[in-house]
Amino acid sequence: MKRVYAREEFCAGCKLCEVHCAVAHSEYPDDIIKAFLKQKVKPTPRVLVEENQPISFALQCRHCDDAPCTKACISGAMQKDPLTGVVINDESRCVGCWTCILVCPFGAVQRDAGGHKVASKCDLCSTNGGLPVCVQNCPNDALVFTDELWGR
Amino acid sequence: MTLSLSTPDFLIERNRDRCINCRVCVRQCANEAHIWDEEEQRVKSDDALCVDCQRCVTLCPTHALTIRKYPLEFRENANWSANAIKAIYKQAESGGILLTGMGNDQPYPIFWDHLLLNASQVTNPSIDPLREPMELKTFLGRKPEKLMMRDGKLVEDMPPQLELEVPIMFSAMSYGSISLNAIKSLAAAAEKTGIMYNTGEGGLHKDLYKYGKNTIVQVASGRFGVHPQYLEAGAAIEIKIGQGAKPGIGGHLPGEKVGLEVSQTRMIPEGTDAISPAPHHDIYSIEDLRQLIYSLKEATQYRKPVGVKIAAVHNIAAIASGIARAGADIIAIDGFRGGTGAAPLRTRDNVGLPIELALAAVDSRLREEGIRNQVSLVIGGSIRNSADIVKAIALGADAVYIGTAALISLGCHLCQKCNTGKCNWGIATQNPQLVKRLNPEIGAERAANLISAWEHEIKELLGGMGINAIESLRGNRLMLRGIGLSDRELSILGVMAAGE
Repeated sequence: MKRVYAREEFCAGCKLCEVHCAVAHSEYPDDIIKAFLKQKVKPTPRVLVEENQPISFALQCRHCDDAPCTKACISGAMQKDPLTGVVINDESRCVGCWTCILVCPFGAVQRDAGGHKVASKCDLCSTNGGLPVCVQNCPNDALVFTDELWGR
Repeated sequence: MTLSLSTPDFLIERNRDRCINCRVCVRQCANEAHIWDEEEQRVKSDDALCVDCQRCVTLCPTHALTIRKYPLEFRENANWSANAIKAIYKQAESGGILLTGMGNDQPYPIFWDHLLLNASQVTNPSIDPLREPMELKTFLGRKPEKLMMRDGKLVEDMPPQLELEVPIMFSAMSYGSISLNAIKSLAAAAEKTGIMYNTGEGGLHKDLYKYGKNTIVQVASGRFGVHPQYLEAGAAIEIKIGQGAKPGIGGHLPGEKVGLEVSQTRMIPEGTDAISPAPHHDIYSIEDLRQLIYSLKEATQYRKPVGVKIAAVHNIAAIASGIARAGADIIAIDGFRGGTGAAPLRTRDNVGLPIELALAAVDSRLREEGIRNQVSLVIGGSIRNSADIVKAIALGADAVYIGTAALISLGCHLCQKCNTGKCNWGIATQNPQLVKRLNPEIGAERAANLISAWEHEIKELLGGMGINAIESLRGNRLMLRGIGLSDRELSILGVMAAGE
């Protein structure tokens, strides 16, 4: 399946991926200014730039083949789509027990800061059908969306 | 410490209606002009630290930032400009030489803008380069006096030539003065477009040997990184005598920029200053230069053209004639607008000649002396667009060097702070955090795009003149007319006035 891979050597640490991810998953996905200034709770990004300069790279859910979060989920909210392979948390079923956060080997699942007691994670922007916004908006091509097992 | 009298050069305007406090500007400014105020939970700025490189403006996702010239004005004085006053404040504080980067930015005449090109009308047909073949291929190197053929073959071997698809090359910029990612961008772009880049006096990094056939290796006064494999690696060798931004001045790469890889490439200890002496200490005459030229030819079995790069200075024509007679295959002349990674401000802004005049003078002199065929002429020092190139070729150049334009294609915004090592665009820096910002894949594509775009434009301009090969334009000053120039300038340029 296509995943987002980070090319650490080109990550400028600007965190524009975080900014655009937060907007895409906010109440105003098409308006960056409203998403940040009008929405009551500051939107949370589902991608996080890990850094210890000069090293930095963006990390988001790896959509593991054998995703531990789906097995650990007590309500069946966390599911791996058998066709696309994308791991998605169905927020209507999520009860906020945080077991997924506990088992995720990458630390890629977080608590949603938007006031809902649900887990928040990368959905590969699967609703927009195109490139994930973090990849689209990386100014230095430090994120790629590809089928290949990048760097392995 | 006493009070500093310096005032900010630029004003950072932040539109609070648009700023989302995402802190991209804070993270991107190596000068730390943007600051995150933890208590106020918002971004603020310190105008005094801004150099107007526009990294923040370009990356700001909401276009909330604008940089302006600082509005504070000194009392109007036609003699004492703000720059003149501020320079004195700086020197009164530091007691040092004023340093700067890039090329001469003073309002001297730009002769390119006083030259107009011809086009065909009625009496000769113009050519459409999209329908008909157009030749820009250029060979640099000594050309024989005449071609002797026997049984359809050349009797004499051709002297070694440098083959270019377009008469453009990337000028010498060393690893040290610019980042490895910047050099990788230029090297890959040169390979892609069939032209050359130049190592400058920085040696050849191990990752760059694969671009050998598109590399000119430089030998300069510090001899950094020069060894037999280095000389063999390139397609041509260039002896650097001087550069347009600082004629008569050597180079100084401060120790903090000499990290492990720069130190290995230059073959000097890590952390030591790399000082290129002002002169070559083994060259005090044309005869000495001839010895170095022939040592290098000998070292590479006469298989590679050897060029000499000089800055355009007074008596340039006589100097170039001497260099041609010393056995150089290529003479590169750098005009006073040529860029640099660091130069004393007063030298950059006051020494040298406009390249247009130098080129015309040298080409005329070599023709008069009947030795023009012995050398190729390459000129640089602020070629800004394809029309400048066409005018340069018509004035007599074989090819041009572009340095500043190449860096602008990589993202340079001409803030002239190369010497500080804090280049926010990842070009003129060795700070690994900043170098990462220039992805050589993107850089190579952008630089190659610039060359192909200019290639198309040169073809269009040639076609308009009814010329289908760049060779027919070379030294064809009848294709040029001067506008707004004195008789003396027209005669040095060897062109007629517009309307004649």
